[in-house]
Amino acid sequence: MMQLKKYLGPLNRNNPITIQILGVCSALAGTAQLKPAVVMCISVAVVCAFSNFVISLLRNTIPPRVRIIVQLLIVATFVILVDQVLQAFFYEISKMLSVFVGLIITNCIIMGRLEAFALANRPLPSAIDGLANGIGYGLVLIIIATVRELLGSGTLWNYRIIPETFYQNGYINNGLMVLPPMALIIIGVIVWIQRSANKELQEEY
Amino acid sequence: MKWIEKTSDKLSQAFKSKRILKPFYALFEAADSFLLTPKTLTSNGSHIRDHVDMKRIMITVMIALLPPTLFGIWNIGYQHFAAVGIYANFWHTVWYGIARWFPIILTVYVSGLVLEIIFAQRRGHSVAEGFFVTGMILPLIVPPEIPLWILSIATIFATLFAKEVYGGTGYNFLNPALVARAFIFFAYPGVISGDGVWIAGKPDAFSGATPLANIAGSAASSLPGTSDMFVGIIPGCIGETSKIAIILGALLLIYTRVASFRTMISVIVDGLVTGSIFNLIGSTALMQVPAWEHLLMGGFLFGAVFMATDPVTSPHTGTGQIIYGLLVGALAIFIRVVNRGYPEGMMLAILLMNVFSSLIDHLAIQRNIKKRLARSSRARACACVRAKPGRC
Repeated sequence: MMQLKKYLGPLNRNNPITIQILGVCSALAGTAQLKPAVVMCISVAVVCAFSNFVISLLRNTIPPRVRIIVQLLIVATFVILVDQVLQAFFYEISKMLSVFVGLIITNCIIMGRLEAFALANRPLPSAIDGLANGIGYGLVLIIIATVRELLGSGTLWNYRIIPETFYQNGYINNGLMVLPPMALIIIGVIVWIQRSANKELQEEY
Repeated sequence: MKWIEKTSDKLSQAFKSKRILKPFYALFEAADSFLLTPKTLTSNGSHIRDHVDMKRIMITVMIALLPPTLFGIWNIGYQHFAAVGIYANFWHTVWYGIARWFPIILTVYVSGLVLEIIFAQRRGHSVAEGFFVTGMILPLIVPPEIPLWILSIATIFATLFAKEVYGGTGYNFLNPALVARAFIFFAYPGVISGDGVWIAGKPDAFSGATPLANIAGSAASSLPGTSDMFVGIIPGCIGETSKIAIILGALLLIYTRVASFRTMISVIVDGLVTGSIFNLIGSTALMQVPAWEHLLMGGFLFGAVFMATDPVTSPHTGTGQIIYGLLVGALAIFIRVVNRGYPEGMMLAILLMNVFSSLIDHLAIQRNIKKRLARSSRARACACVRAKPGRC
């Protein structure tokens, strides 16, 4: 039971974005629309799980002084694989995400989990931890993208949600929602709500 | 008049003790201290230098805002009837202006104060006076055609994210009224720029661009006369058009020392200097606009007098205020002239410098400390030399 709780931590109590404040950059850049955000979080979860798994297998053979380079190589390999798969089967989305798929390499969550978990744990738990962190990251991304796409473009998954009559009566899409600064404010609101709901997350000040 | 006080006391007890009324204590307290003198007195050892408190400062600012408000109300009506082409006498004009202005200010106050009261209640402090000024300024810096639901969202956004999350009145590092305007500017650019929004009830065929927009769109030939721009008989945001009314307000603020004259003067002087430099370059139509005409256009003067001098968001040291003013003035003209996308540079300039104001203060204080340290160590060295020559 304790084990399970530890692995589910990233979904709420130890969320990579709202608690560890990692991977915020990609959460601002790739969340103007829901579709690319979902693809983005699936890619991150896959990369995180597999690279955690592989690093954990190699953990006893990697010399500590060159471990960052080894980690980068492995992460880069998986990112290129994901990029190629996206280009082959989901070309449109791949074009929308453009450079951000490649930038998964620099996502702090992946390097953070490799350093903090995979180097000290067995392969299977590491893979689960990577997947859970990817999903925790994805949850926040999906919330942000839902708010931004709904209020910024009036659509969800490219389907029109806000009816035409609203627009005829003077409703206007919020242009600020499409810009990255609003994503930062939404992350702030999520952090705010999460911490006021969970007493133990509030820091002393 | 005794019974008013007695009722207030009784009500206060009721709001404090009755379970149903408890959630509304902050609301009652706000109304009570707005109308009557607060009963809380300092009992010992206070360090009062002046009897000016926050309430009096805010009231002074509100009185200073009256001339631009009153002129703005008249101008809404005047511009409307001029555009429609109907003759209207003074009272009709004013009446039309009030009918347009009142819903705007009501929207701002209701949406902002509801939020303030919720926060005051949840955090257990009283509603601060700050919002009264914000709520009075905000209607003056939006166009008369502003949709009220957008204004309401912007007010709530600004009160929440520029003020309450940082701790309420006095802790905000950005001017809430300007944040609300910037929110509208970036989220709904269509309702706060262009030539369709500046005249209330404008017929479609009539072009209602502000002088600033005319120049940005290279229609310099259709500029109104200088005297019109000075008096304020031009389309624009409600309170920014009349320079006479703004100067009246400025005089009151400077006389009562509520706003810093250093900030005002340095903003205006540096606006003129930057404008003159651009005049010397003079390669585009915007660069050729005479420097002094920049002061008459858009919200430059209003920003310099009422927005840049906000005591919370501008520096507190004298040197800091001058540096801050110089940077605001230069940036405002710079944004105006160089970036055509943002004809109103004043808003962005003030917001940007608000962020830097505590840094400017820090540097000013550090510089002063260094100067005094150097002076005192020099003095000590001199004294030493005088006391024991040859040993120091």
